[in-house]
Amino acid sequence: MKSVVIKVKRYDGKKTWWQEYKVEAPSEKVSVLDLLVKVKEEQDPTLAVRYSCRMAICGSCGMVINGVPRLACQTLLSELKAEFITVEPMWNHKVIKDLVVDLEPDFEKVKKVKPYIIRDIKEIYETDKEFGQKPEELDKYYNFAYCIQCGLCMSACPVVATHERFLGPMALNAGYRWSADSRDQGWKERVKIIDAEEGVWACHLAYTCSAVCPRGVDPGFSIQLLKAAMLRKAKRP
Amino acid sequence: MEVLEYDVVVVGSGLAGLRAAVAAALRGAAVAVVTKVAGPRSHSISAEGGMAAVVHPNKTGDSYELHAYDTVKGGDFLVDQEAAITLAYEAPKEVHFLDSIGVPWNKDPDGTFSLRQFGGMSKPRTVFAKDKTGFYIMSAIYKHVKGFSNIHLYEEHLVTRLVVKGGAFHGVVAYDMRRGELRGFAAPAGVVATGGGGRMYRLTTMGFLNTGEMYGYAMRAGLALRDMEFVQWHPTALVPAGVLISEAARAEGAYLVNRHGERFMKRYAPERMELAPRDVVSRAIYLECLKGNGFVHESGLCYVGLDIRHLDPERVKQRLPLLLELSKTYAGVNPLNELIPVRPAVHYFMGGIMTDIEGRALDRDGNWVRGLWAAGEAASTGVHGANRLGSNSLAECAVWGRLAGEAAAAYARGRRPAGELVAEAVKAEEERINGLLRREGGGESVRGLLKELQNLMEGGGGIVRSERASVEALKKLTDLRGRLNNVRISDGGRIYNMELREVLELEGMLLAAETVLLGALLRQESRGAHYRVDFQNRDDRRWLVHSVYFLYGGNVMTKQRPVNVTRWMPEARRY
Ligand SMILES: Cc1cc2nc3c(=O)[nH]c(=O)nc-3n(C[C@H](O)[C@H](O)[C@H](O)COP(=O)(O)OP(=O)(O)OC[C@H]3O[C@@H](n4cnc5c(N)ncnc54)[C@H](O)[C@@H]3O)c2cc1C
Ligand code: SF4
Ligand code: FES
Repeated sequence: MKSVVIKVKRYDGKKTWWQEYKVEAPSEKVSVLDLLVKVKEEQDPTLAVRYSCRMAICGSCGMVINGVPRLACQTLLSELKAEFITVEPMWNHKVIKDLVVDLEPDFEKVKKVKPYIIRDIKEIYETDKEFGQKPEELDKYYNFAYCIQCGLCMSACPVVATHERFLGPMALNAGYRWSADSRDQGWKERVKIIDAEEGVWACHLAYTCSAVCPRGVDPGFSIQLLKAAMLRKAKRP
Repeated sequence: MEVLEYDVVVVGSGLAGLRAAVAAALRGAAVAVVTKVAGPRSHSISAEGGMAAVVHPNKTGDSYELHAYDTVKGGDFLVDQEAAITLAYEAPKEVHFLDSIGVPWNKDPDGTFSLRQFGGMSKPRTVFAKDKTGFYIMSAIYKHVKGFSNIHLYEEHLVTRLVVKGGAFHGVVAYDMRRGELRGFAAPAGVVATGGGGRMYRLTTMGFLNTGEMYGYAMRAGLALRDMEFVQWHPTALVPAGVLISEAARAEGAYLVNRHGERFMKRYAPERMELAPRDVVSRAIYLECLKGNGFVHESGLCYVGLDIRHLDPERVKQRLPLLLELSKTYAGVNPLNELIPVRPAVHYFMGGIMTDIEGRALDRDGNWVRGLWAAGEAASTGVHGANRLGSNSLAECAVWGRLAGEAAAAYARGRRPAGELVAEAVKAEEERINGLLRREGGGESVRGLLKELQNLMEGGGGIVRSERASVEALKKLTDLRGRLNNVRISDGGRIYNMELREVLELEGMLLAAETVLLGALLRQESRGAHYRVDFQNRDDRRWLVHSVYFLYGGNVMTKQRPVNVTRWMPEARRY
């Protein structure tokens, strides 16, 4: 057992305040999410937190922990090496309550880049046709397909902070992932959307997105790959 | 108060729900997907191993009939055999559909699907996307759904009530967490795809939102549940978090050892050892713990070790990357030189809302509640019987999701939503919830009650059951039901009130829990996942029957229904 103080930035629709909780951590291996759940169980059931899988795959529990955007369920006490933990909602997002933010705008941006296979609709629903994809074709986009849409990169990006319409790393990464898929034929359509001031060209190469990504997706790199493909006038990135 | 009108309302946005939405939307229906999670975050996203489908019968000498047979045998012959046939024939089409919307299936160098062999399957017939199959499926289908202008997603909406009147479905009432209001959805057709209820138990591989309240709500609406006593325990969940370590580990050669370093499976399943069926391995671990041969974790949980130290490290890194990651993050061990602490945890509900093989939801007499379908883990189509085979569930979700979605859209055509009926239901629900929020009430906390529920379920509805344990658990459950009326909600707000959500969930969970315990008590035999120390054998003469549960005068009642044995006679289940 070890005593930890968690300081949480709260919001109830009207006012914002900081609240401190003291919890006993059963071990060093517990996650910040475990501790928040413990607070909810033992001290304050009104604390709002979004979580589900607790295994860093569903993308629910993004928040800012000791000044860094992270997944609460993936951040262990032992890594923080601190007796004092501060937790606040993800930056660059509207807060709904406490640590729960509105990710709708992020999802809307993702939707703008047409994040799905674009080709003749008949081919998609004519079910016995196989598009056949080779392992090396898969490798081109596999890593970028591992985005769990947690929004942490959006929270860390300095451009998103000041430029509301900027599509941002989460959406642009999706633009790359779908265009680089050998089954897709939508690159031309997507270029129209991302070859714009609020598209790839607003990116300042801060790379904070890639630094905070909990899945090693490297959205900053996919933005550069998109730029390169456009400059080369390639058939697909 | 707002009542929105649609042709089809789908409850749940896991694989089953989204597949239903796509199928209905393609037939031109206006579809609302009402779901309590945000975004693509339903627990289908955490499925690891893969999806069973006979995609290349010639490559492996496989057939649809063989897939169906394996499913029937795996389910210890409590399977409705025509449902297994439907699964086997339809699953390959779903794999192709998912391929066409962008799921990056693993492929062999010739461009065909790579296949894995799962427990109980007699051929390699499980397609997969690394060890993150569910993740890739959910990412693709969620985005695909968002591309339809006639599908509207209502996320973080907890459905609290199914509106059924005069033997027909009319819509649902939901609590919109983000706006803090109730909303009605009126539609002539509905599909319930709310997944499993692992969180009724203390240790589960499921996410926090898999609470299973809809089983209870469905009974309240006059629907019947079936085979709820069959709850699958996965043998290797990480201690203490319950995060799943995939069966792939043992398929790659991992051992299970007790605290004396002994590969104890040799005493339980000398031939298949670690690769015996899930129920057998889970029971073995349980018994080792009982005999004091397990390790004890600092949390008090007993566990055994999963040992991969004799495997080639390079191969492990290649094939089991997620295992390495999860063990490190959630147990703080490096499996390459330490044991991974594992123990069984609740993983899947074979039972659910009783449907026919087309997925139509039935009442206790087997009559269709017109306009309503159920699909995915929430449903009991009869396909899994007493035990589900690994990788059959994603197939089930896609197959019955589509069948239900298509049928619902066809049914809705030319029918009008009954907005007034739903408006009434919203009003009634509004009053009920206001009552909950205003209740001064005693000192019970919802999380406290939930903890008690989880403990009693492990006692009376666990891996090994007995009459005494189930009776005792049922008694405690009755007590909990009483105390639920004394629960205090300290959060007075309406926006994102998690306590309110938890109380509403608990109401449904307690009803669902009662069906599990009742079934555990009444079924005097051992079959598949249901194991009774006092009746250790399968008894086909008395118990080759489904259990059916329903509410009558507010109480859970049960009756039996025959199993559809159309092709294969029951035989001993040996592996
Ligand atoms: C860790 C893990 C790994 C697995 N791996 C595999 C595998 O490799 N292969 C395989 O075949 N199977 C696997 N399974 C099983 C399989 O993943 C699940 O059975 C399946 O994904 C369930 O899908 P679903 O669509 O029925 O439900 P879910 O994906 O659980 O979705 C349920 C939906 O219902 C909604 N919901 C629930 N209640 C309400 C309510 N009251 N109001 C509104 N919405 C509600 C939720 O928001 C959610 O959207 C695994 C399971 C687990 C837990
Ligand atoms: S790119 Fe990474 S940080 Fe950004 S949303 Fe995806 S997983 Fe999260
Ligand atoms: S709870 Fe799912 S990512 Fe943290």
